[in-house]
Amino acid sequence: MKLHEYQAKELLAEYGVPVPAGSIATTPEEAAEAAAGIGGAVVVKAQAHTGARGKAGGVKVANSAEEAGTIAQEILGMNLVTNQTGPSGLPVNSVLIEEAIEIDRELYLSVAIDGSAAMPVIIASQEGGMDIEEVAAQRPEAILREYIDPAAGFQGFQARALAFGLGLTGDLNRPATSLIESLAKAFMESDGSIAEINPVVVTKDGRLLAADAKFSIDDSAMFRQKSLDEKRDRTQEAEKELEAQDAGIQNYIKLDGNIGCLVNGAGLAMSTLDAIKMAGGDAANFLDIGTANSPEAVVSALRIIGTDPDVEAVLVNIFGGLARTDIIAQGVIDAKNQGLIPQPTVIRLAGSNVNEGNELLDKSGLELVRADGFAQAAQAAVDAIS
Amino acid sequence: MSLLLDENSKVVIQGFGSAGQREAIICRDYGTSVVAGVTPGKGGQEIEGFPIRNTVQEAVDEFNANVSLIFVPAPFAADAILEAVGAQIPVIICITENIPVLDMMRVKRVLTTSDSILIGPNCPGVINVGAHARAGIMPVDVYTEGNVGVISRSGTLVYEAVDQLTKVGVGQSGSIGVGGDPIIGTNQAQALALLEDDPNTAAVVLIGEIGGTAEQEAAEFIKTMSKPVVAFIAGATAPPGRRMGHAGAIIAGAAGTAEAKQSALREAGAHVVENPGDIGSTMLNVLKNQGLA
Repeated sequence: MKLHEYQAKELLAEYGVPVPAGSIATTPEEAAEAAAGIGGAVVVKAQAHTGARGKAGGVKVANSAEEAGTIAQEILGMNLVTNQTGPSGLPVNSVLIEEAIEIDRELYLSVAIDGSAAMPVIIASQEGGMDIEEVAAQRPEAILREYIDPAAGFQGFQARALAFGLGLTGDLNRPATSLIESLAKAFMESDGSIAEINPVVVTKDGRLLAADAKFSIDDSAMFRQKSLDEKRDRTQEAEKELEAQDAGIQNYIKLDGNIGCLVNGAGLAMSTLDAIKMAGGDAANFLDIGTANSPEAVVSALRIIGTDPDVEAVLVNIFGGLARTDIIAQGVIDAKNQGLIPQPTVIRLAGSNVNEGNELLDKSGLELVRADGFAQAAQAAVDAIS
Repeated sequence: MSLLLDENSKVVIQGFGSAGQREAIICRDYGTSVVAGVTPGKGGQEIEGFPIRNTVQEAVDEFNANVSLIFVPAPFAADAILEAVGAQIPVIICITENIPVLDMMRVKRVLTTSDSILIGPNCPGVINVGAHARAGIMPVDVYTEGNVGVISRSGTLVYEAVDQLTKVGVGQSGSIGVGGDPIIGTNQAQALALLEDDPNTAAVVLIGEIGGTAEQEAAEFIKTMSKPVVAFIAGATAPPGRRMGHAGAIIAGAAGTAEAKQSALREAGAHVVENPGDIGSTMLNVLKNQGLA
């Protein structure tokens, strides 16, 4: 789950990471009031789950409280389209009003999970504000790394090594060490999956501040991160995907094509998209139904697929293990009978209880295209449209 | 025990709820010795003919359990794995999905001080076809005895590959589902090493996915293998879509793409299949060319 910048900063500040003075506003009046409270020049920053907000016109400087209100008026209600959002963009419902800071240096700091090492890794670089992937590719020596031992915890010497490596010596060394330790602690205690402060800024008046912040939380850990779960902003998520989540389907992603897919298992679901592409078509969605243990769960999933205006054919590809094909078959029959999937429907069943599943389909008398292998199933779905 | 299970495997099932019970029965019907179920508080009961114990240690002491199969729900699954480690179970197989990443990092840390092997989590388990030993959730009907071993990150793609092999007349020694999570107990390279050492396996199907660098590590091991490998990478056409910010991408760089993985595997000498429907037929050709079929 992603946090907004202002939420990430609130969280980091609780752990002692220094952030610029600022407050959140949802109306131009609130924005002007916040700017007056801060005094002097402020930055008005659109809050949406995407980077590159500046380039899209979502971040602007205001020199007075009145101007802050005017700019907030423009930004609030915007649909922010960046290279990370896709063409539909994301709505902006709040702005962060922050003191304008005079920057001396910009640094990069983040924490991510290194799957191969099975440890979180803190990544730091003196080249903040830049495209860090490009820095990593072209000058790997400019990237510093320290691992967080999940049992022993992050150690002081590691924070010092990073602080010195970032060139933060003298009076800045202690605050830098403390900032890095605070970031590590916030990450571990919040079940972080990604935390990024880009840039960490050294101001002209000698302060160290987290000028921007991204923070994502492990979706599997939400059951024990209840206070963070309450910060979730559903307006930043695709409508169809929310509908899927409300129906208990965690693994649904809306795509651009016209073949609606219901598959069990993430690997098979990805391969089904591959097979559709190779047959000359495009999938309208990725949907891993997992271990669907009732026909009702299947019906809910098919309702989401069937009501998607982009969907012109439906492909059901199931290889039952823990999931039972007879339960899936019953769900497909129920959905057809309820008129939820009027589109031509291709179904391929294999694995657990496949004979029972196929018998249910035979007896249903419904018009379904049946396929044996899943490459054939993908071809049949493509053919059903053309 | 190169395939982790054999005729002497005695399976204890942790988390004896509806899924655990159902799979226990399928394992028993297949010919596997399932010696006990563990559900704290239900010790002493018998369910579906299986004795229930409160702890894994009791199942070890009383029934010599040497394989644990875990169905415990995600919030408690790391605890269940560590209980099996504590009872010195040599092979621990965790089916549970959605275990918090932080929990798995701690489990991995403990495993470095233990001799136990963990398979999974979020995996379909392991089967040794010749020994009729099944510790997992895979449908048994699609397997036929033979000499091809299957390794996969995805569960359903194990079944898919096995089904294709069976349909072209190529039998299997067994399969190891290593699991789909970013942090798993045994990676693809380690699973390949098990099958390289397995006398009943003559060739291997390896099924990877986009993301991470596990397939590149597997490719390094393939260079040292005597047995042929047919490989498929799922997700070649998946849109980049959900990027998780920059920090994650630095670790893998461009290594996470299907193209990077396919080319690493090709360079290592694996037979890379691009169409997921061609896994079985490609393996048949490889075996024919090597005089193995």
